[in-house]
Amino acid sequence: MTRLVDQMKTGLDAPICITWELTYACNLACVHCLSSSGRRDPRELSTAEAFRVIDELRAMQVFYVNIGGGEPMIRRDFFDIVEYATTGGVGVKFSTNGAYIDAERARRLAGMDYLDIQISVDGADEATNDRVRGQGSFATARRAMENLADADFGEFKISVVVTRDNVSQLDDFLAMADGFGAQLRLTRLRPSGRGVDTWHDLHPTLDQQRDLHRWLLAHGERVLTGDSFFHLNALGESLPGLNMCGAGRVVCLIDPIGDVYACPFVIHDEFLAGNVRDAGGFTDVWRTSDLFSELREPQSAGACASCGAWDACQGGCMAAKFFTGLPLDGPDPECVGGEGEHALSAVTSVPKPSGDHSRPVPVELGRR
Amino acid sequence: MLDSPLGLHPSVALRPEPFGALAYHYDNRRLVFLKHPSMVDLVRSLDEHPDLRSALEANGIAEDRWDAYDRAVTSLIESDVVITR
Repeated sequence: MTRLVDQMKTGLDAPICITWELTYACNLACVHCLSSSGRRDPRELSTAEAFRVIDELRAMQVFYVNIGGGEPMIRRDFFDIVEYATTGGVGVKFSTNGAYIDAERARRLAGMDYLDIQISVDGADEATNDRVRGQGSFATARRAMENLADADFGEFKISVVVTRDNVSQLDDFLAMADGFGAQLRLTRLRPSGRGVDTWHDLHPTLDQQRDLHRWLLAHGERVLTGDSFFHLNALGESLPGLNMCGAGRVVCLIDPIGDVYACPFVIHDEFLAGNVRDAGGFTDVWRTSDLFSELREPQSAGACASCGAWDACQGGCMAAKFFTGLPLDGPDPECVGGEGEHALSAVTSVPKPSGDHSRPVPVELGRR
Repeated sequence: MLDSPLGLHPSVALRPEPFGALAYHYDNRRLVFLKHPSMVDLVRSLDEHPDLRSALEANGIAEDRWDAYDRAVTSLIESDVVITR
């Protein structure tokens, strides 16, 4: 019988895990933002269009959707969209920096079914977090978590992007989660969006990756990872999960203007499959787009074919390779065999971003 | 388990897929894979039969395979996808 993971690689009738960025607007300007968010895009989907997307997801039996942004709670119709989804059988897990979760909204959220919340924190202390997410963002996130705990929301998630600076704080994050009755979620730093500029200084070193792998093996049962770290499996023992790149096969991304990309980490023209406003809607993009059909073909191991670890790591993350200028059929830039570093040293150009919604950086004018 | 009256948990939805089906549990939000179409047919029919044995018979599953199906159904009970009625 064909292995399940091989079946997955040829694609499913509907995605398992779909990320939907509701807006590019954001009150923060995190240095590693995957979507280079900041300013709202005037072409953003209207409430009615968002409802139509949800109708399609329901018809396709997509059981839940991961909502993000930007900061999704900035949208005035945020609660309308979430309620439309959850009351119609499409569960919602949304990511937020917590700025809009005051005591009243926390109570409202606590009263809703089929709703999960992920509060983003990228340091176990204020200094580490605020360096990445901006001044005051740690205090904001903590206040939101306190409000959710006071409102008896139940088990929310604390979502951490693992970086060179916070990888030594994993136990502290776990303690923070335990303190709130929350669950810890760790994901991989990717060189996407504004991360293109910061990844080289922020991604964990090879030694840190080994520590991370050990830590995940020891604590994996209690921690969510969204299958983020399968490139580490080349170190030996495999982490729990599907151990494959799901881009266009089991996952995809809908961006705020309805563009459908292969995964949340590749907002770039090269990985644009279509738009939910197209005639056949999201359903046709998922089932028939050229890009997704291509991703569902068997992928070549390329330069990694002779490496004994390829079965374990599958060549790693497509997005990480693409945005660091590496060929897609070669090693991941964080290849634990050291091949990534070697390959990176030969890179002469990296792809230009195809979109940027960052707010303009205020320029300080000198006094005359 | 063969003599137990079984059924699909009311909070579980099955989504057909080429390999079988995805089962999603709306209460614990866990996703479980049913890795064969015949398993999907069996699970869907559990409610209509007094016990697992008669469901297996009705689905035309050969007796020498019942142990394997018994084990698979037991694991679905552990993940709360299937319940005893």
